[in-house]
Amino acid sequence: MFQQIEGSRAVAESVALCRPEVVCAYPITPQTHIVEGLGEMVKSGRLKGCEFINVESEFAALSVAIGASAAGARSYTATASQGLLYMTEAVYNASGLGLPIVMTIGNRAIGAPINIWNDHSDSMSVRDSGWLQFHAETNQEAADLHIQAFRLAEELSLPVMVCMDGFILTHAYERVDVPTQEQVDAFLPPFVPRQVLDPAAPLSIGSMVGPDAFMEVRYLAHQKQFLALARIPEVAKHFARVFGRESGGLARGYRTEDAEILVVALGSVNGTIQEVVDEMRADGIAIGSVSLCSYRPFPVDLMRQMLGHARHVVVVEKCLAPGQGGILSMEIQSALAGLVPNVSTLIAGLGGRIITRRSLRAAFEHARDGLLPPLTFLDLNEGPIAREPELQMEPVCL
Amino acid sequence: MFQIRIHGRGGQGVVSAAEILSVAAFFEGKYAQAFPSFGSERNGAPVMSFCRVDDKPIRLREPVMEPDALIIQDPTLLHLPGLFDGLAAGGSVLINSARPCENYLAIPATELALKYVRRPVPNAALLGGFAAQTGLLRIESIVAAIREKFPGEIGEANARAAQAAWDLAQEAHVSAN
Repeated sequence: MFQQIEGSRAVAESVALCRPEVVCAYPITPQTHIVEGLGEMVKSGRLKGCEFINVESEFAALSVAIGASAAGARSYTATASQGLLYMTEAVYNASGLGLPIVMTIGNRAIGAPINIWNDHSDSMSVRDSGWLQFHAETNQEAADLHIQAFRLAEELSLPVMVCMDGFILTHAYERVDVPTQEQVDAFLPPFVPRQVLDPAAPLSIGSMVGPDAFMEVRYLAHQKQFLALARIPEVAKHFARVFGRESGGLARGYRTEDAEILVVALGSVNGTIQEVVDEMRADGIAIGSVSLCSYRPFPVDLMRQMLGHARHVVVVEKCLAPGQGGILSMEIQSALAGLVPNVSTLIAGLGGRIITRRSLRAAFEHARDGLLPPLTFLDLNEGPIAREPELQMEPVCL
Repeated sequence: MFQIRIHGRGGQGVVSAAEILSVAAFFEGKYAQAFPSFGSERNGAPVMSFCRVDDKPIRLREPVMEPDALIIQDPTLLHLPGLFDGLAAGGSVLINSARPCENYLAIPATELALKYVRRPVPNAALLGGFAAQTGLLRIESIVAAIREKFPGEIGEANARAAQAAWDLAQEAHVSAN
C-alpha cells in the first residue's frame, strides 16, 4: 500500500515484514528512527515472535546479532558512523562466520571533527569486511533492498549491509509502496540455518585456523562474492515479478546510450545527477549516468560494459581516502583500465555539504570540455583554506 | 514542480510542517518530498525545512534553492540574511504575524495556536493559511494530514487552528480583491 512516510519508518515496516526474530541496536543518529519504529512494533505486539534487545553499545549490538544468528534466529540491527567503527571487530566476525545478518547503515560522516550529517565514510571503512553492501537511491529502494537482503543473506550465508543516505533519505518523507505480508512471505521463505549453536548438540564455530588453511578460507570468501554477483540480479528479477517494480540489482544506467560522458555514483545523489543529465541532454550534450547499487560485490565486468564506451567517466563520491583520493574512483579506474581515457574523481557532499544541480553541471561541462582535473573537491570554500598557507597547493593528481 | 521553503526556529514544528504538507499532497494523489535542512537543529536556532510537490516522482535531492512559496514561522527571522534567496518572481510569502504586512500575507498563527492548541506552535495554523493563499492543496487535505501526524486531541486542536487560519486567509483574500 502506498504511504507518505519517513524513510526510516519505511525501512522499519519493511524489516518487520521480513519477520525478524531478534532486533538489537544502540541508538545513533541518523538511523535511530528505524530501530525506534521496530521497538514500538515489538512492544505493541504488532511484530510477533521477535525479541528486541537493548544493548550497551554498538559492539554489543552486532555481537548479540552474531549470537542470535548463530543460534538460528533471523537477526537485524542498524547503525551509522562512529557506531559502525565501534562494532568493526564484530563486523569482520559476522562475515567470517558466514552469518546472514542484515544491517542498515544510515550513512554518516566520521569524526573528528564531530559531524552528524551524510557521507559514505562509515560504510566505506568496512568495504573489505566480506559483507555484501548495497546502496539505496530512494526510500522505496531502501525498503525493498532489505527484503532482498534477507533473501540473499540466508541463501549465501553472508551478512548484508543496506546503506541509505543519512537525513537525505532516513529523514525524508516520500511515497513508498509498503508491501503486504503475503508478498513478502511469497518472496522470503523462513530462515533455515545451515547449522545452529545448540547446547543439546554442541559444536564450535569460528575456531582458530592456522597458516595451513587461512588463505583458503579467504579465497573461498572471495569466491563467494562472485556467487553473490550472479545471484543479485536474479533475486532482483524475482523481486520484480512478485512486487511489480524494479529495485536493487547490481547497477542501473540512465540515458547511457551513445553517452560520451558518464557519471557514476552511489546512493541518493543519483536522483540529482539524473536531473542534471536531463538538463544537459536537452542542450544536446551526450551525457548519462550509472547508479551503482551493489558496491560489494563490485561488478567489474558490468562496469566495463556500462561505462567502457565513454570518453570521460566522472565518479561522484561522498568519501575520501586522504593521501590517495577517491575510493570508488580507484575501483572504477581499475575496472576501466585500457577502455576509458579519462576518469575523474569528484569528491562531493562530505559531512552533509549540499550537492547542487548547478555545481554538478559545471563540473560535467568541464568534463565535456576536457578541463576536469583528475581530482576535484566540489564547492570547496577558499576561506578556511587560505588560513593554511603551507597546505595551498593543487590537489594531488591520481 | 512546486517548491516550498519553511523558515522558523527549532521547536516551532518547522520539520513537521513540511512533512504534513507532503502528506496532504499525497492525499491528493500527488508526489511529494519533505525533508529537514541539514543544519544544527536546536531549540530557538533558525531552522529550515523543504517540501516539493509534483505530478511525477521527485528525484531531486538538493535543498529548495528556488522556492515558489516561503512560509516564515517567526517574524524575528525577517532580517535573517538569505531568507528570500531564490524566491521565484511572483512567489508567495506567508508570515506568522499579528500585524498586517505590506507585501506578504500575515496570519496571527501564534495567537491561533495559543487559542486552539494552548501552545505557541504556529505550524498547523500557517499550513491552513498556506492552503488558502496558494490554492496548491485543499484545506481538507491539510486537516487530514494534521490528524494523521498527530492522532487524538492534539491533532484535533491543530486541525481547528489550521481551519481558523484558512478562514482568516480566505477573508483577507476576498477583501484584497
